Amino acid sequence: MNAEVAVIKTAAETALAQTFAQARDRLPGDDATMARRTAAFDVFAKQGLPHRRIEEWKYTDLRALMRDAKPLASPPDASAKARAKDAGRVLGDLDARRLVFVDGAFVPELSDLREMEAGLVVSSLALALTEGDPVVAARLGKLAPANDAAVALNTALMGDGAVIRVASGATIERPLHLLFVVSDKPAAIFTRSLVTIDRGARVMLIESHEGPAASDYQVNAALELFAGDSAHVDHVKVIGDGPEALHVSTLAAATGAHARFNTFSFINGGALVRNQLFLRLDGEGTVAGIRGASLLKNRQHADTTLFADHIARDCQSREMFKSVLDNEAHGVFQGRIIVRRHAQKTDAKMMTQALLLSERAEADNKPELEIFADDVQCGHGATAGALDEELKFYLMARGIPPVEAEAMLIQAFLGEAIEGIEHAGLREALIESVAAWLGARE
Amino acid sequence: MALLEVKDLHVEIDGREILKGLDLEVQSGEVHAIMGPNGSGKSTLAYVLAGKEEYRPTVGEVRFDGRNLFEMEPDERAAAGLFLAFQYPLEIPGVATMTFLRTALNAQRKKRGEAELSTPDFIKKVRETSGKLGIDQEMLRRAVNVGFSGGEKKRNEILQMALLQPRLAVLDETDSGLDIDALKIVADGVNRLRAPDRSFVVITHYQRLLNYIVPDVVHVLSRGRIVKTGGKELALELEARGYAEY
Repeated sequence: MNAEVAVIKTAAETALAQTFAQARDRLPGDDATMARRTAAFDVFAKQGLPHRRIEEWKYTDLRALMRDAKPLASPPDASAKARAKDAGRVLGDLDARRLVFVDGAFVPELSDLREMEAGLVVSSLALALTEGDPVVAARLGKLAPANDAAVALNTALMGDGAVIRVASGATIERPLHLLFVVSDKPAAIFTRSLVTIDRGARVMLIESHEGPAASDYQVNAALELFAGDSAHVDHVKVIGDGPEALHVSTLAAATGAHARFNTFSFINGGALVRNQLFLRLDGEGTVAGIRGASLLKNRQHADTTLFADHIARDCQSREMFKSVLDNEAHGVFQGRIIVRRHAQKTDAKMMTQALLLSERAEADNKPELEIFADDVQCGHGATAGALDEELKFYLMARGIPPVEAEAMLIQAFLGEAIEGIEHAGLREALIESVAAWLGARE
Repeated sequence: MALLEVKDLHVEIDGREILKGLDLEVQSGEVHAIMGPNGSGKSTLAYVLAGKEEYRPTVGEVRFDGRNLFEMEPDERAAAGLFLAFQYPLEIPGVATMTFLRTALNAQRKKRGEAELSTPDFIKKVRETSGKLGIDQEMLRRAVNVGFSGGEKKRNEILQMALLQPRLAVLDETDSGLDIDALKIVADGVNRLRAPDRSFVVITHYQRLLNYIVPDVVHVLSRGRIVKTGGKELALELEARGYAEY
């Protein structure tokens, strides 16, 4: 069944194969899960790590960039958990229900599981797989593209994650915060989460990632999200990993009819980031917003790749990504909108803008539109440029010193994307993060 | 000591010399008008005083309140009391007008060693000043100059001037693009700020503005130099005879 593939394996690919061989029997799940894992690893093994001759990975040659694959993280001990107590400060004092994962493992004693709102069920993936939860088994893997190497690795090696279900009609006032923290050891962490929001339900989901500065740990996180008819879902992901870390994450979402779905990715961490967003607009009349802001400096590389698939008619999607690149940072945006044959009256607009603060920074923007319906409104725009010196002069002529003037203009630039976030407290927290990043310049 | 002393100023941009030995002296409390045909160097003078990088002084000096102006960065000049009302005020999307005004005012106060204005005091000040200029509070919540008409942008420049209380205000063709009513509002705003310790340099192509902002001194700027200086009647002469003889 497994074809012999005569491909020269890199050190990382070899290490991953070893990791899988050793860990397979210990990873959570029944026989069916193990079969799923094995099949997924086969998919990965045949392709190897993605490299630049694969169109979707042309700017992020993971095969060349990943020099090694770290061993799987061990379950967090007391000191690891202690380190996590201080985590999540990126959100300031936002009131949210925290679900804390340390080194990829759910830690109930650090999480807030009291007085669960009516209609909200929260559980850990490890538990669901061990118990053979049929709903989880049925939904897992339905949205994340199985032939994507990063997804395949995640399916093969997933340890734990959040399983969240919001029942029909329930409105969860308090945001849910999935806080993923990495402790000191440079390890590999694979988390997989499953979120189901039933018809008419409403929830805000925050996902944040952080870890220590001097560690080259590796994160592969995936989240599959089903939004039912008339559901209202807001998702915000903060990739604030340590500056040496590798972070690959996938969001795969599908929406029903007349739903509202918003996702926002804020990237200001990691040495190498690949942020993949797959959205399937399955039901008609849905309004979706896919937005993001990246702040990159030194030699950071962040690649946001998104696929928005308009399958049903009458849907509106808005994609807006802004990146600020300093020093020798490299920002990549690949956005593909597909409008299927029956997706009439689709209204899709995509915009990506890069602000380069240094002559050595690089921005690559690749917007793509594939339109198979004939009654649609679609457009895309991409710009890359430096700060407007005329505007900077205007601010300085009013007495604002040059560093502050640049900061105002950069905040204004990112503001257009950040104001897409409905939650005021979260917007404030991200604006604070931008201010902190600006304050640390030079 | 004059508030502003310009001596034999030569300024070039893109390798072309625009000001070719300009002399000007403005005492505290005076309103000077500088009139001239297009291309004479009016905006060049305004920009080089404000410190726009592309306009390079090659010969001569400028003293502002006794200090060498060219040793000061644009933001330092503003804190020292220089204000330029732009001919084409810029739009700054994403920067709320109130935020911009407060940041500018407090930045200048900080540089001068003064205490920053508290937010309630600041808002009160803005309300009073903008009210007199007929500026709608709603507009102040929007981004700077975004969606403002030409007249509204010019009034916004005067609002900023009123809040920042400069020692020397340079008005670069503030009347361009304004109808009579807007002109009167802008002129009222300027006249309300006239004071013994404040001077104005009003740069204009047309005499009409000077009916409302009556100058103490009028200069004719032609081909990069001031070629004639006189009283306010000089403006009326220019209106009647044009710039041809200069």
